[in-house]
Amino acid sequence: MVPQDFHGVFSRGMAWDRAGAMDLVVDTLAVARGGLTVLEGVSFTLAPGQALVLRGPNGVGKTTLLRTLAGLQPAVSGTISVPPESLTYAAHADGLKAVLTVEENLQFWAAIHGVGGVADAMAQMNLSDLRARRAANLSAGQKRRLGLARLLVTGRAIWVLDEPTVSLDAASVALFAGVVRAHLAGGGMVLIATHIDLGLDEAQVLDLTPFKARVAALSDGFDEAFA
Amino acid sequence: MSVWEYANPKRFMQVSRRVLPLVVGLTVVSLVTGLVWGFFFTPDDFRQGSTVKIIFLHVPTAMMAINAWVMMLVASLIWLIRRHHVSALAAKAAAPVGLTFTLIALLTGAFWGQPMWGTWWAWDPRLTAFLILALFYLGYIALWQAVEDPDTAADLTAVLCMVGSVFAVLSRYAVKFWNQGLHQDSTILKVGEKDPIDVAYYVPLVVCIVGFVLLFVALVLMRTRTEIRARRLSALLARERLA
Amino acid sequence: MMALLLRDLRLAFRAGGGFGLGLAFFLLVAVLVPLGVGPEPATLAKIAPGILWVGALLACLLSLDRIFALDFEDGSLDLLATSPIPLEGVVAVKAFAHWLVTGLPLTVAAPVLGVLLNLAGQGYLWLVVSLAAGTPALSVIGAFGAALTVGVKRGGLLVSLLVLPLYVPTLIFGAEVVKRGATGAEVQVPLLLLAGITAGAVAFLPFAAAAALRVNLR
Repeated sequence: MVPQDFHGVFSRGMAWDRAGAMDLVVDTLAVARGGLTVLEGVSFTLAPGQALVLRGPNGVGKTTLLRTLAGLQPAVSGTISVPPESLTYAAHADGLKAVLTVEENLQFWAAIHGVGGVADAMAQMNLSDLRARRAANLSAGQKRRLGLARLLVTGRAIWVLDEPTVSLDAASVALFAGVVRAHLAGGGMVLIATHIDLGLDEAQVLDLTPFKARVAALSDGFDEAFA
Repeated sequence: MSVWEYANPKRFMQVSRRVLPLVVGLTVVSLVTGLVWGFFFTPDDFRQGSTVKIIFLHVPTAMMAINAWVMMLVASLIWLIRRHHVSALAAKAAAPVGLTFTLIALLTGAFWGQPMWGTWWAWDPRLTAFLILALFYLGYIALWQAVEDPDTAADLTAVLCMVGSVFAVLSRYAVKFWNQGLHQDSTILKVGEKDPIDVAYYVPLVVCIVGFVLLFVALVLMRTRTEIRARRLSALLARERLA
Repeated sequence: MMALLLRDLRLAFRAGGGFGLGLAFFLLVAVLVPLGVGPEPATLAKIAPGILWVGALLACLLSLDRIFALDFEDGSLDLLATSPIPLEGVVAVKAFAHWLVTGLPLTVAAPVLGVLLNLAGQGYLWLVVSLAAGTPALSVIGAFGAALTVGVKRGGLLVSLLVLPLYVPTLIFGAEVVKRGATGAEVQVPLLLLAGITAGAVAFLPFAAAAALRVNLR
């Protein structure tokens, strides 16, 4: 019998420069928060160069879905065609250290991922003038830009972004949209949960509301999961 | 039928409801028999006088203090390997019972030690090891209390229980190394060897031990049932919020 | 991994990193104990091994909850968990960084405090040797405790409660080495047991700690 996640097994370990043609296929995925399934039957396919915007009301499970894709929590059921190592995740918390400078923060993540391009990343996110400034002395928007610049030094093909534009001004949003476009043009993929229009007209939109897990009728007994 | 069917909460609730009255009944019978026999129908020791009779509380609770931890370890392993919620909840339910047995063993030991050794407390290896065991129980219970998500708490406490077991054994040998001690060796299993426990004490002691084992089982069953109900309740509330 | 070590050290040494707090606490213990028990040299010499080891242990405890809590709060831990470095490696590196920042300075400073407590002449060598052999275990065990409580708000006190019982064997054998060393007795057995506990803790606890971290990030 073919193992259910054979696709994932086959794609494991492929670097994206070589596997540029590898699609991200999510098939009937169900994800849980606090032991309760919040989304089920989520399926979509993302080809290299494509972006997908996830929408849905607060609490529908956007963050849970993204954390599951990033490999931070197990899926309840369903398959994800690529291993977590081909994704990088950026959420509300930027993972910045206040006492390190902009450049040191980026250099750390570049070293962790074994890639370079710190100067280039700073240039793309318009941070070059701030390189020697400590993260503690950055404005909220500048911190955000630094957090997003980290994506560029991970060398990973699929960006999984949770509300990336919080506290960015209009100019910075446009700047970031440009960076995302450049990433897509290079064969990357982007998955964004956001309420704000990024101006990425080419992106597909997936509304998560229809995938909200139905609360099954109560059985009279207790099943294993108590729910 | 597989034994794991009892790990289904529904099945566990059904079976435990029927078994519990029986266990409670047997507990009462054996504890009353053992303790009354031990306290009133055994001779005084020629050296220790009637003080020796605290043995009928001290030895069984001390044994159960350790066995409760072993039971928690087994339940934690079952939870980690097979993900049966009842197992995790049983481990949670057993911890306060084990802690109480540990404290009773320490307290009765102090009452025994005062007239025999002339002190309420000595840094004897056995006493010290039990004090450390009480600290392990406290940490385990505190971790259950501190973590909000029940599955997360179950996983973390199970890992703590495993690591704690290794360090508890290490501590036991460390304190033995550290101080040679006043406490006599256990004589329960030495019938037939030299210097055995007197048969007049042995039989009621065994009855008491059986009684305390049953008491442990009864308390853990009751507490596990409560934990299952509480867990069910919080699941229902969470479901209501979601719907 | 090297980058993570360097970052943790840099964070510890820059403002607000808490480097030196443990050392200052260790010094305070060595000063306060004679004020409490009286200045008789014989009494101090007798209790010096135990006080020095308990002091080092408590100083180590002070900074434990920082090992993972700060990275958890600012999201770094999520990012590290999704990075190419295995989480076990992250734990080991962070525990090593903690040791370099607390255990190593304590080991180096201990002889000076031994003078304050009138430690016997032969004891100094064994004080340094036992701390060098034992403090790595304190950091690794501490990292395990910190990993268990990383999701708990204000977990500092809870870490102490979880970790102190686990410190018992290390404390007993460590203090025993110094006690025996100070009186010129054979130290080989407790020293080997101490080193054995350290080796076992360093080998196995990163796996348990990484498992706990994964559960907490879920």
